[in-house]
Amino acid sequence: MLGKLDLSAIPLSQPIPLITSFVVILIAVAVLILITAKGWWPYLWHEWITSVDHKRIGVMYCLLGVVMLIRGFADAIMMRTHQALAIDAPGYLPPEHYDQVFTAHGTIMILFGAMPLVLGFMNFLVPLQLGVRDVAFPTFNSVGFWLTASGALLVNVSLFVGEFARTGWLPYPPLSETTYTPGVGVDYYLWAVQISGVGTLITGINIVTTVLKMRCPGMSFLRMPVFCWTALASCMLIVATFPILSATLAMLTLDRYLGWHYFTNTAGGNPMMFVNLVWAWGHPEVYILVLPAFGIFSEIFSTFSGKPLFGYRSMVAATLFICIVSMMVWLHHFFTMGAGPAVNTFFGISSSIIAVGTGVKIYNWIFTMYGGRVRFEVPMLWSMGFIFTFIIGGLTGVLLAIPPADFVTHNSMFLVAHFHNVIIGGVVFGIFAGLEFWFPKAFGFRLHEGWGKVAFWFAFIGFWVTFTPLYVLGLLGMTRRLQHINIEAWRPWLYISVIGVGILILGVISQVMQLVVSIRDRETLRDVTGDPWDGRSLEWATPSPPPFFNFAVMPNVEGEEAYWGIKLRAVETQQLSPEPKYEPIHMPVNSPVGFFTAFFTTVFGFAMVWYIWWLASVALVAAFVGFVVFAWRDIHEFEVPIEQVASVDRARRAAREALLEKLTRQEVLP
Amino acid sequence: MTYTGLPASVEAIRRVREDPHRLGHRAHGPEEPVAGAGHGETGPARKRIIVGYGFWIYLLSDIVLFSCFFAAFAVLRGATAGGPTISQIVDIPRVAIETTALLLSSYTCMLSFAATNARSRLWTQIFLLITGFLGLVFVLLELQEFIELAARGITPQVSGMLTSFFGLVGLHGLHVTLGGLWLATMLAQVQVKGFRPEIVHRLICFNLFWHALDIVWIGIFTIVYLLGSLT
Ligand code: HEM
Ligand SMILES: [Cu+2]
Repeated sequence: MLGKLDLSAIPLSQPIPLITSFVVILIAVAVLILITAKGWWPYLWHEWITSVDHKRIGVMYCLLGVVMLIRGFADAIMMRTHQALAIDAPGYLPPEHYDQVFTAHGTIMILFGAMPLVLGFMNFLVPLQLGVRDVAFPTFNSVGFWLTASGALLVNVSLFVGEFARTGWLPYPPLSETTYTPGVGVDYYLWAVQISGVGTLITGINIVTTVLKMRCPGMSFLRMPVFCWTALASCMLIVATFPILSATLAMLTLDRYLGWHYFTNTAGGNPMMFVNLVWAWGHPEVYILVLPAFGIFSEIFSTFSGKPLFGYRSMVAATLFICIVSMMVWLHHFFTMGAGPAVNTFFGISSSIIAVGTGVKIYNWIFTMYGGRVRFEVPMLWSMGFIFTFIIGGLTGVLLAIPPADFVTHNSMFLVAHFHNVIIGGVVFGIFAGLEFWFPKAFGFRLHEGWGKVAFWFAFIGFWVTFTPLYVLGLLGMTRRLQHINIEAWRPWLYISVIGVGILILGVISQVMQLVVSIRDRETLRDVTGDPWDGRSLEWATPSPPPFFNFAVMPNVEGEEAYWGIKLRAVETQQLSPEPKYEPIHMPVNSPVGFFTAFFTTVFGFAMVWYIWWLASVALVAAFVGFVVFAWRDIHEFEVPIEQVASVDRARRAAREALLEKLTRQEVLP
Repeated sequence: MTYTGLPASVEAIRRVREDPHRLGHRAHGPEEPVAGAGHGETGPARKRIIVGYGFWIYLLSDIVLFSCFFAAFAVLRGATAGGPTISQIVDIPRVAIETTALLLSSYTCMLSFAATNARSRLWTQIFLLITGFLGLVFVLLELQEFIELAARGITPQVSGMLTSFFGLVGLHGLHVTLGGLWLATMLAQVQVKGFRPEIVHRLICFNLFWHALDIVWIGIFTIVYLLGSLT
């Protein structure tokens, strides 16, 4: 009836997961009670859960990502402190638990933290920047988000029902085969990642179609903001490589569930095939994450330097170059496989060549600042911190890309330092810069500047104090993922790293404080103009927050930097463009299909993990029926009446008049 | 912008026929770009284009999925682990019938779409039914093949080669089966709702899907069966 599931799945004897799960459940119940007591369910259901508005979905993606980043950070604190305490001592995490922690940390940070945030930004921004009202497939967009949420939920359920994988965030066989890992941990991993991977693929298809087929009139490709280009490149990588992940995980699933032999070390299976396949996805994946971050930085550098982006076309070219070359470097993750000097040389060179594309970008950003009126606001701080941090990370990457050198540094703490250097310095700094930059657009008020600066400096310093010692440790010979340490020489470096984590904790606290303070002071921080930073692309032409239909009338773009052009013209002529003729707008209706699909996939995943076959079948059938019911509906769109469109837009124009006056008075513009 | 009322794709084809030397370069040419196709500066494409385009992109991702299973087959092809080799398990006559059924089904599928374009519900349904029937024949033959192999003790659990064989062929079979489910749903939808725009869009997607499966099958037929029977 319940498959493998029984009471022993609850970790009653292990205090850490038990207490954590208890606290998590308590918080969850408290939140649910609060929502019920306040009567917020109808609002949540109609405005968020069933929403197909790309902005709402983008915000939900980001929320999920932020929560998961915090969860992953908790894992990180545990690992750093444990290692510091485990030098010639037992530490406080038993091996089987420590292994789950580092696996969960990597999986959660990359797939459920960074990915949702990056996808959230793309969802929120791409239609706004392209001057259109929604993505290509609004309902599928909601499905994609909820599938990701479903995967995240499964990972977190594993905390208190059963266990998580102990194999590392990429479950290399043969360790991950049933012979060596019989428990449910790897199965949790497989289903969670598989389900969220499908969600990501859906979003990828959606954004590619949106960028290629849904730009407002006049928005030719070479007029798109760089963020749209990077979103396009990132989503093309999603379309090209997430199926590889799906295939690889499906094969491992077949091995584990049915005793097949894709990756076993017996009966002709080939474990190295897994490693090849998974990195054919895995390396592009890091660029799926970092390219949109590059896009965010591009927007920020030009906005806060008051200049068009330097070398726009070369930026586009570099983005596409990276997009393509990133699919030709995967073998650098396993030079030690022994493919021979010719193969290793090829991949060593191709990996280093990526640095050329990245270098072009770095110079473009620096030259954008050169000669500009640089404003050192919080988004700009993150961006400048990024340049410095990312250069070092890229350089250590090039070191690792030299095969003979990599034979020494592979799987050492040096590698760990490298990828945190690029992922934190690139992706996470980009996310924080972007949150700071677009928060007023999404919520209508700015974040508190003082706390933002404090958070940046803690994060920046904390990052370097935490990870520089790891470079040293790597060169001293320390390998990654050690549960026990008995080399005295490593002690000081591990301690310094813990101090760094302490500083990072202060950074996280500052960010929470920033949010709290900003919400408290939201009236003074209110963005009434819709253009708080003197922006250059179309999202700043909308009020903050934008109406659900984004634009009352689709903009007509006449050059690069669409909104900047409009603004200049307004300042020159001292008036806004004449009021357009409003027409009714058609918008897609809400749909619960995403939520229900995700509900059933969660049940399905859980049932598969525990071998509850009947439940899995029921969930599958239910999901199919749900889809047919959805496909049967007759009403897809509703009409927004002219009066509503006009009143929203007139309010916006009034705010713009005020902005125009202010701009003229301050002579912000030439 | 000249708008002739034709679907943008048809319009685009007409333009290409009339101006064969500027294939696909409308936006930069002296002529105005096709409105509603989402090209250049013409603004968002029409729904029909968007749906078809998005589905193409999905199909590309599906092809990548298949290519992984092809790659696995290529890698594990020799890994027989003492079990049978590929040439000992392929049964060309049956596969020939399967292939014929599937190729014919693609033809009838296309006919059904021609009927859709002519807005003939009856013929759309008839050809869809034939398509579904041929698909069913294909799946049943494949099932028979698998069952017979299993009866001889030839299962994926025996060797890496068999794993990759069953995985690749089975994945395609699964796609055809799901396509069949979709087809059944479309039959019902066409019957109940007629040719509303969204139903036609789904028929377009279904057609693309079905043809894509055919193309994949050509690959499987050649690489797994024909080349397999040679060794
Ligand atoms: C110039 C650019 C880069 C080069 C040449 C480079 C090179 C490398 C090499 C050779 C490795 C494997 C080392 C080993 O396992 O021994 C590696 C690992 C890694 N890199 Fe990079 N890298 C670059 C940029 C990036 C970026 C931009 C990111 C992420 C945004 C990234 C994320 C990672 C991750 C996550 C790993 C290790 C994952 C693991 O083993 O679990 N790298 N890099
Ligand atoms: Cu890599």
